[in-house]
Amino acid sequence: MMVPRHRLVTRLTHWTNALAMAILLMSGLQILNAHPALYWGRAGYAPNGAWLDIYGAGTPPQGILRIGRTAYRTTGLLGVFGSGDHLVMKAFPGWLTIPSWRDLATGRRWHFFFAWVLVLNGMAYLAHAAITGHLRRDLLPDAGELAPRHLARDLWNHVRLRFPKGPAALAYNPLQKISYVFVILILAPLMALTGLAMSPGFDAASPWLLDLFGGRQSARSLHFIAASLLVLFFLAHMAALLAVGVWNELRSMITGRYRIEQSE
Amino acid sequence: MARLKSSRRRFLQDSVLSLGALAVSGCDRLSGSPSFRRLLDSADALTMRGQRLLIGGQALAREFTAADISPAFRANGTSMPADEAYQRLLQDRFADWRLQVDGEVERPASYSLAELQRLPSRTQITRHDCVEGWSAIARWQGVPLSLLLRAAGLRPAARYAVFHCADTYGGMPHKGGDERAGRYYESIDLIDAFHPQTILAYSLNGGPLPVENGAPLRLRVERQLGYKQAKYLMRVEITSRLDLIGEGRGGFWEDRGYEWYAGI
Repeated sequence: MMVPRHRLVTRLTHWTNALAMAILLMSGLQILNAHPALYWGRAGYAPNGAWLDIYGAGTPPQGILRIGRTAYRTTGLLGVFGSGDHLVMKAFPGWLTIPSWRDLATGRRWHFFFAWVLVLNGMAYLAHAAITGHLRRDLLPDAGELAPRHLARDLWNHVRLRFPKGPAALAYNPLQKISYVFVILILAPLMALTGLAMSPGFDAASPWLLDLFGGRQSARSLHFIAASLLVLFFLAHMAALLAVGVWNELRSMITGRYRIEQSE
Repeated sequence: MARLKSSRRRFLQDSVLSLGALAVSGCDRLSGSPSFRRLLDSADALTMRGQRLLIGGQALAREFTAADISPAFRANGTSMPADEAYQRLLQDRFADWRLQVDGEVERPASYSLAELQRLPSRTQITRHDCVEGWSAIARWQGVPLSLLLRAAGLRPAARYAVFHCADTYGGMPHKGGDERAGRYYESIDLIDAFHPQTILAYSLNGGPLPVENGAPLRLRVERQLGYKQAKYLMRVEITSRLDLIGEGRGGFWEDRGYEWYAGI
C-alpha cells in the first residue's frame, strides 16, 4: 500500500541540503589543502605546533598524517599521490576537492556561495519543521524512547538489521531520532557558527563566538571535526538506506510516497 | 532473481560512480565558466552587506594582550622585493623613501618615514588571519590612515583608498589557481579607510618593521584577511572607482580570483 511520507518542503530542503553539504565538504577540503594543519587556541601558523598535520616527506616522498605524536603513512590516500613524473603532493586528492586541481580562490568562492545556500535552506527547513510540528511530533524523542531499555532494544534491532515493515515503518525509531536531532540541532549549527568564527569581519561583530570556541584556530579545528562527524552520519545514513531498501526510501524522499506492508 | 539482483546492483554501482565522476567534472567545468563564476562571486557582495549590517563602520577587531603575541610573526607573500627601485631604497635604509597621498584629494602630500613617525600613532595587538587558514598575533604601531586622509581632504568623488606597493610578486604554488606575476596593490572602501584600527604600520612587536613583513610601511586593516594588509607601501591613491587600476578588481589577489571584501 502506498502512503504519503515526506512533505514537499521536507523533500525540497533535503535535496538542496544534500547538494550544498557535498559541495561544502569538497570545497572545504580544497581550502584545507592550502594549509593542512589544525591548531588549538587563538593563533597557530607553524605545522609543527599543530595537533593534526598532513604532509609529504622523504625520498621518494611519502604521505604522512600526524595526529598528536602518532604519524600514519597515508601515501595514496593523503599527502602524496602517484609516483615519478605524476607525483602530486597535496593533503587531499583531486577527486575529493572542488575544483579537482589546486585552486584556493575558486574553492573559497564555491564554499561561501553554498554556505549561504545551506544556511538559508536550513532556516527554511527549521521554520517549516517547527511550524508544522514535524520537529516535535516526528523528530524529538520522548522520555519513554530515551529510557535505557528502549534504546537497548532499538540498538539490538539495528544490529540484527530488523526494521518494521508495516505502518510502524512510518515513524522514526529512537536511534534515528537521536542522530537526526544531533545533526539538525547540534552539528549543523556548530558548522555554521565555527565557520563564522573564522571570519575576521564577523569576529568584530561577535567576539563572544571566539570565547565560545576558545579562539579562531580552535574554531577551525572544531569546524573540521564537526564536518568529519557529518561524513560519519552520511555513511550511517547510506548504510541504513541499504538495510531498509534503497528504492522505497529514495522514492519517498523524491515523490513523497512510501510503500508499507499491510499485515505485520 | 539472483542475476537480476546482481545486474541491478551493478547498475546501481555504475550509476553512483558515473554520477560522482559527472559531479566532479561538472564542478570543474562550472569553475571555468564565466557566468557561473559571476554567480558564485555574487556571494561576496551578500557577505559584505551582511557583515556591514552587523558590524557597522566602527566595531573593533579584538585586541589581545602582550602574553598572546605569537613567538614569531610568519611572513607570507614577498619576503624580499627584487625590484630595483626598492633595493635602492633599502640600501639607504629608506632615507629617500616617501609615501605619496594623492588622487581625489584637495591637498596631495608626501611623507618621509621620520615625518610619519612624528605623527600621532596607534598601537594594537591583533590577530592576522591568512587566507590559507593560519593565524598569528602581533603588536603593530603606526599612523591612523584617517589622519592622513583628513589632512589631505577628500573630494566628493572619493570612494576607495588604493595602496600601491613596491614589490612585484608571483602567485604561490600551494595556493594554486592563477599564478601570474604582477605589481602588488590593494584597495579598501572609505568605511575601512576611516576605521580607527586601520593604520599604516612602521613597527612590529616593538621593533622597526622587518623587510619580510613589509618595511618600511604596511597597511593594517584588522577586520579583513592577510592579503589585504599590503606591504612595501609607496603610494595611497584615493579614487572614485577600481576598474581602471591593475586588472580592475581592486587588488593583486582579487585580480587572481580572490574576494575583494576579505572579511571572511
